[in-house]
Amino acid sequence: MKYDVDERGYYGKFGGAYIPEMLYPNVEELRSRYLEIIGKEDFKEEFHDLLKNYVGRPTPLYLAKRLSERYGATIYLKREDLCHTGAHKVNNTIGQILLAKRLGKQKIIAETGAGQHGVATATVCALMGMECIVYMGKVDMERQRPNVERMRILGTKVVPALSGSMTLKDATNEAMRHWINNPTDTHYIIGSVVGPHPYPDMVARFQSVISEEIRKQLQDEIGNPYPDYVFACVGGGSNAAGAFYHFLNEEHVNLVAVEAAGKGVDSGESAATTALGKPGVLHGSKTLLMQTTDGQVIEPYSISAGLDYPGIGPMHAHLFDVGRVQFVSATDDEAMNAGVELSRLEGIIPAIESAHAIAALSQYQFEKDDVVVINLSGRGDKDLETYIRWGKY
Amino acid sequence: MKNRITDLFSTHSKNILSVFYTAGFPQLEDTVRIAQYLEKAGADIIEIGIPFSDPVADGPTIQASNKVALDHGMNVPLLIQQVKEIRKTVTIPIVLMGYLNPVMQYGVEKFAKDVAAAGVDGLILPDMPVYEFEETYHDLFASLNLCKTFLISPTTSEERIRRIDGITNGFIYAVSASSTTGAKGGFADEQLAYFERLKNLKLKNPFLIGFGISNQETFSIASQYSSGAIVGSAFINVLQNSTDFETDIFNFVKALKGKTSQP
Ligand SMILES: Cc1ncc(COP(=O)(O)O)c(C=O)c1O
Repeated sequence: MKYDVDERGYYGKFGGAYIPEMLYPNVEELRSRYLEIIGKEDFKEEFHDLLKNYVGRPTPLYLAKRLSERYGATIYLKREDLCHTGAHKVNNTIGQILLAKRLGKQKIIAETGAGQHGVATATVCALMGMECIVYMGKVDMERQRPNVERMRILGTKVVPALSGSMTLKDATNEAMRHWINNPTDTHYIIGSVVGPHPYPDMVARFQSVISEEIRKQLQDEIGNPYPDYVFACVGGGSNAAGAFYHFLNEEHVNLVAVEAAGKGVDSGESAATTALGKPGVLHGSKTLLMQTTDGQVIEPYSISAGLDYPGIGPMHAHLFDVGRVQFVSATDDEAMNAGVELSRLEGIIPAIESAHAIAALSQYQFEKDDVVVINLSGRGDKDLETYIRWGKY
Repeated sequence: MKNRITDLFSTHSKNILSVFYTAGFPQLEDTVRIAQYLEKAGADIIEIGIPFSDPVADGPTIQASNKVALDHGMNVPLLIQQVKEIRKTVTIPIVLMGYLNPVMQYGVEKFAKDVAAAGVDGLILPDMPVYEFEETYHDLFASLNLCKTFLISPTTSEERIRRIDGITNGFIYAVSASSTTGAKGGFADEQLAYFERLKNLKLKNPFLIGFGISNQETFSIASQYSSGAIVGSAFINVLQNSTDFETDIFNFVKALKGKTSQP
């Protein structure tokens, strides 16, 4: 289909596999086998059984009445925050660990920023009895202490990334270095739709369960599988990829991706990649990237640790490029206010990442009967500390 | 057209020493004199790294040198100026090695033209895919008389090695182990078996062994199987601790090659 990845791992001019030769066999093994493995009946059965009985899927599509009233539209929340471990990240880690087992791998590595993907990986490794190492920037380990301890309780070794700016991109570098040094027995579970082909496509497929469910649930609820709008926040872009996936070819569905503007798009402290980035190569793919004119990667900023990544997945870079998805942004303050607003109106404290998607509602003029779906990618438990420090509630 | 790399390999098939260092390290302007001292000391190829913020194939030593160089303000235009300066006196081959993104931002085509004009003989771009080189840059590089070196590792299949051999001119860079860069003590048996396997493939291009070469012993073992070796992290460590580059570089090269040449 029109927006699918091509044979060689490209979405338009973005994607590919820009990796040093030492990673080629690992990535090639995955590329040559992922479609065959995830297409098999036994894989699908185990995947869907775990999503249902372990993760708690399908997650509800909840009609948020008071929020709807506030914004003058019919707003549904896709409750990924109710997934086991508290975010959509686990959809992907379940898929990848089942794949890793079928590839005969014994060890798992992952990177994490906020710790959500790390926890989701640690969780499935405990479930499958596999050894797990998670790389996390030293700075993030200090910011996200509870998630570090969650991973440790689950039996995962958390290794601080001490290079560069000691945040998510450096944790990703360290995980890649580990993979170079351990090429045969280890699978690298990347946490978003980033990295060399086939990761962006593979992770998008695992997350696509989100939009598959939205379609069914809307059909049951309103007799029509198509909303007028889908909103999702974008860090690397996995929850957005999952929420958009089955609507990409339905051009009448407006897809809105919300980036983190941090202290303002032009403040110098932002993570709004489409506004600030240029095509470049990082972590194995050609994509939009925040960088200096010399091509050095810029450390992004957002109050939300899950959104401060200097790039976006190549699929999103393409969807932005061709105009299929509208990219907007929300600042720290707008997101925090939206998080408190959702808490007050609906009794749901969202993850600060997800609060960015809510914050974008005020940038749109809706018709009363517009059906709007917001992908509520995670719950706010992990962010309590940040809410408290922000203080305006 | 003559190329200093192909010339070197046409007359020498053993004990070729290629020394890697990061441009702009330890000080911004050191790039030039390090090259001059390396030639005097008897190095055969100079390999200069273009620093990048996210060097995923590198271990701690080269990572740290990248960071220092970037903090000094090292960049591609400056490096091209430095290479021009180096070429005023230095006649041995110069290879530039760098991650793709800084090169891409400069413009790959413009980069190739400008570095060739400055006197560079070959390029190593570890994260540029083989297919992209074949389809987009092979002819450009050939027209500029620039060699292109690809990496292979112990896990690279024979089929792929042969494909890489087919599009390489100059030399192949055989990474000694499944690892990131870094100085190590010695070679394990499976590494020697891999070198032996490579030797027996009778490739059209010569190969140099790199990663983990740190002393005379590892250099000479590597050279028994190949045309020579590449040393990087161990040299960066020398630069890091040196107060007298000329002497320390001379001693380092001499110790590695195990033979004397006058400074
Ligand atoms: C709740 C939540 N939402 C969103 C994200 C951003 O990631 P992605 O853009 O891949 O969905 C994260 C990342 O940690 C997260 O924890």
